Amino acid sequence: MGDKADVWQGTLALMILKTLETLGPLHGYGIARRIEQTSGDLLSLNYGTLYPALLKLEQEGSIESAWGVSDNNRKAKYYKLTSAGRRQLEREARDWRQAQAILAKFLSATEPST
Amino acid sequence: MIDEVRQGFHRLRSLFRRARQDRELDAEMSAHLELAIEENLERGLSPAEARRQALVRFGGPQQVKESHREARGLPLLETLLQDFRFALRMLRRSPGFALVAIFCLTLGIGANAAVFSWMEGLLFRPYPAVAHQERLLALTGTAQADRTALSWPDFLDLQRNCKLFDAFFVSKIMGTTLSIGDRAQVATGSIVSSNYFPALGVHPILGRAFEPNEDVGRGAHPVTVISYQLWKERFAGDPQIIGKTQRMNGVLHTIIGVAPEGFYGTFVGWAMKFWVPASMEDTFEAGGYKLEDRGERWIEAYGRLKPGVSLEQAQQEVSAVAKRLETDYPATNRGHGVKLWPLWQTPFNNAGTLLPTLGIMLVVVVFVLLIACANVGNLLLVRSFARRHEITVRVAVGAGRKRLLQQLFIEGLVLSALAATGGLLIAHWSSHLLVLLLPVRNGNAMHLPGEMDWRVMALSAAVCLVSTLLFALLPAMQTSKVDLAATLRSEMAGVVHGRSKSWVRSGLVVVQVSLCFILLVGAGLLLQSLERIRSDSPGFSTQGTLVTAVNLSASGYEVQRAKSFQDELIDRVERLPGVESAALARLTPLGYGSFSSAPIVVDGYQPPPDERPSLDYNQVGPGYFATMGIPLGSGREFTRADNETAAPVAIVNETMAARYWPDKNPIGERLQVKDKWLRIVGVAKTSKYYSMREMPKPFFYVPLRQNFSVGAALNIRTKLRPQIMAGALSRELKAMDANLALYEVISLQEQLDRSTSAQKVAVTLTGVLAGLALVLAAIGLYGVMSYTVSQSTRELGLRMALGARTPELFRLVISRGLALTAGGILLGAAGALGLTRLLGYLLYKVSPRDPLAFGSAFLTLMVVSMIACFLPAWRATRVDPIVALRYE
Repeated sequence: MGDKADVWQGTLALMILKTLETLGPLHGYGIARRIEQTSGDLLSLNYGTLYPALLKLEQEGSIESAWGVSDNNRKAKYYKLTSAGRRQLEREARDWRQAQAILAKFLSATEPST
Repeated sequence: MIDEVRQGFHRLRSLFRRARQDRELDAEMSAHLELAIEENLERGLSPAEARRQALVRFGGPQQVKESHREARGLPLLETLLQDFRFALRMLRRSPGFALVAIFCLTLGIGANAAVFSWMEGLLFRPYPAVAHQERLLALTGTAQADRTALSWPDFLDLQRNCKLFDAFFVSKIMGTTLSIGDRAQVATGSIVSSNYFPALGVHPILGRAFEPNEDVGRGAHPVTVISYQLWKERFAGDPQIIGKTQRMNGVLHTIIGVAPEGFYGTFVGWAMKFWVPASMEDTFEAGGYKLEDRGERWIEAYGRLKPGVSLEQAQQEVSAVAKRLETDYPATNRGHGVKLWPLWQTPFNNAGTLLPTLGIMLVVVVFVLLIACANVGNLLLVRSFARRHEITVRVAVGAGRKRLLQQLFIEGLVLSALAATGGLLIAHWSSHLLVLLLPVRNGNAMHLPGEMDWRVMALSAAVCLVSTLLFALLPAMQTSKVDLAATLRSEMAGVVHGRSKSWVRSGLVVVQVSLCFILLVGAGLLLQSLERIRSDSPGFSTQGTLVTAVNLSASGYEVQRAKSFQDELIDRVERLPGVESAALARLTPLGYGSFSSAPIVVDGYQPPPDERPSLDYNQVGPGYFATMGIPLGSGREFTRADNETAAPVAIVNETMAARYWPDKNPIGERLQVKDKWLRIVGVAKTSKYYSMREMPKPFFYVPLRQNFSVGAALNIRTKLRPQIMAGALSRELKAMDANLALYEVISLQEQLDRSTSAQKVAVTLTGVLAGLALVLAAIGLYGVMSYTVSQSTRELGLRMALGARTPELFRLVISRGLALTAGGILLGAAGALGLTRLLGYLLYKVSPRDPLAFGSAFLTLMVVSMIACFLPAWRATRVDPIVALRYE
């Protein structure tokens, strides 16, 4: 996994929230796999940061957790989006798109003129 | 914001649910691994490979756990708690060390807290029942460089014209004899302006305070507010007390109110028992009705500033009013100003007398604390040395420098927090200690309570923190510099590591000795001053003269009755066996109370234009000079013939004679006092009048009969002891008037001693604290020397093996100890030369560089350090060379 990109600071929370919005309640491993798969296995997720990030989101009230049973009868902790989390997702997604748009304009504008 | 609060709450909660959350995380992580393994199996890996890859991919579970914990809880608080528990364990493991350290610190912090509480209770917030004391100021008059009292009309003008003040109020201390039931007792009270209680924000718990018109009209409002203490003790807490009457100074006063518990009036040093409005002034004060006379300056006053007004602004406003009064009333006010004083400098009560003493005490206790800190620092250094193994291991397993410092600091903090608790207890117990050092007067003890409020607590906590930094971090810096490889190597080699540590420790001892030396010199200087003051001649004979008083005005004698009473009293006393002579005087020297003062004009003396001569004088009866033992240089003493009908006469002292009649004998010359010409009949030797420390001042005497005062002191020349005289006097008084109470009978020497009680307090406290410092320094020296000896066992053994004999070894150790002491003394001497000048006010006829004080401090320290080194030195001689060389 040498040349895989690390998850950028601050985007992990957004990815987690989006994953939970798309797939519904999911355990930590599921979230991790989903993030890796969605990125086309371009991202390498450090589990050392995943669980603290989940804890932080829970403390902030964006997600909730409950113990549940997986498809193959494993006991696991399931995380689920709260309505506050949904609002946070919308807000952060909007901010992210905006930042992206600005950066894109900036990058395309600078090349020819200067 | 809300999110942060919620998160904080979660984090705090997790502090207490640590175990459960750890379990949950474990379960979650193992679920994660198993899910990963299953997926790997599905991809067709072998079970072992599936497991291995899952573990590799997951990374270090411990790291995940740690970062999880950090996000979960409050890591700083958690490690603090950890360190705190560890510190307690370490202290329990070495109780001897802990006890000595806590003992030293308790003394240091306790002494500081006690002085803080005195400063708070006597200087900064002396009136605990009064709100916003920081806005209170004391008020006096000024005449050129001198301080004077204020006159009532001037006070009223200030009240009317100053806009920066909420209120001005008067509080003039006085005394009376209260006869309640069958017991007569001298009680202190205050003459106050009618706004006194509202201006202080103090509300009577029963009845009412004075009404605005009650300080108007001569003798018009015989009402009084009594103190809670008086109400409880003398009126048995009578709930129906309001409206009852009490005779005071011959006038029936109606009790209109009871002040709340804890309100003692506004005079540092004495607890007031009752308050009367200013309209009753001439019932309690000598010298007649003074409320309408701008020239009669007799009141002590305070002002309360409006919020946010500075002392300078207020002083400007007050000075402007005083300036206007000078132009409006030149006859009485020319050359007079008004001065504001912060409460802690109040010149007319005991705040002023205790200020220099407490200031010096503050320096002294800081020294004691530093010495205590040096001791504990030394102990910690020794211990950190014993603990170098533990610390090395900690560093080796990756403890950060910060964390190590934190842990050592917490250990120190635990020590000093325990000591601070003990120290506050000491301060609490000693809050009334000052009173014990001061004389009881007329059966009344002084009221000088320390105050343990939150400011004192906070300051003591700050002292505790700062001293922790001092004593804990010095060794911590040393240990945190641990060079891993070096330490591990040195352990293997068994060689004592750290020359640097031994010089730090020696340095601490040198500092201790030097601080101790300064304290000893200070104590020596103060002691000598006190002895010089007490053995100095006051200009009258202190042996064989007793002084007491009968308060006639307190029992309502008017002038005629008082005159015949006084004549009979002197006759009766002079007839008593053992009495050589007896004489009355309005005041005795060196007592409390101010002599009368009057502007004078001297025949043939032209004063410079800016000088308006005004002198103090005393009204004395026939035979006063003989009774007091004041020699007359020339002329004669007053006799019974110098009465109302005779020509007015005066006796001047030598200082006055030299100033106004420099070239001739003043006998027969004339002196004008208050429009009356007096002929001078005698010149008396200059004596001390207000204090032993005063410079010779011009002063004169007039016959009591020609300037009468109902209240007068009685001086008796006799060889009898005061107690015996008191018995005889009481019998005579009873025969004359059973309602009269006799004041305390004391010798003039006692009067002199009492007038120097501020010095006595300073000497006693400095002496005690210097002794304490000496003990602490001795402990420090002993500790360092015995440690040095125990660490040099090898060296000592080697010396012995090479032929050194016992006395040589003994001398070696002692001389090392004395070298440290000598270094400390040198340093201390340099410090003392600079610092003892600060004693200024308290020194009397003693140079701040007095060789005797320096010499005795030197000797004391040398002897004490010899004693401290003796045991370690003796132990050094007992070293067995064989054992020593095999050692380690």
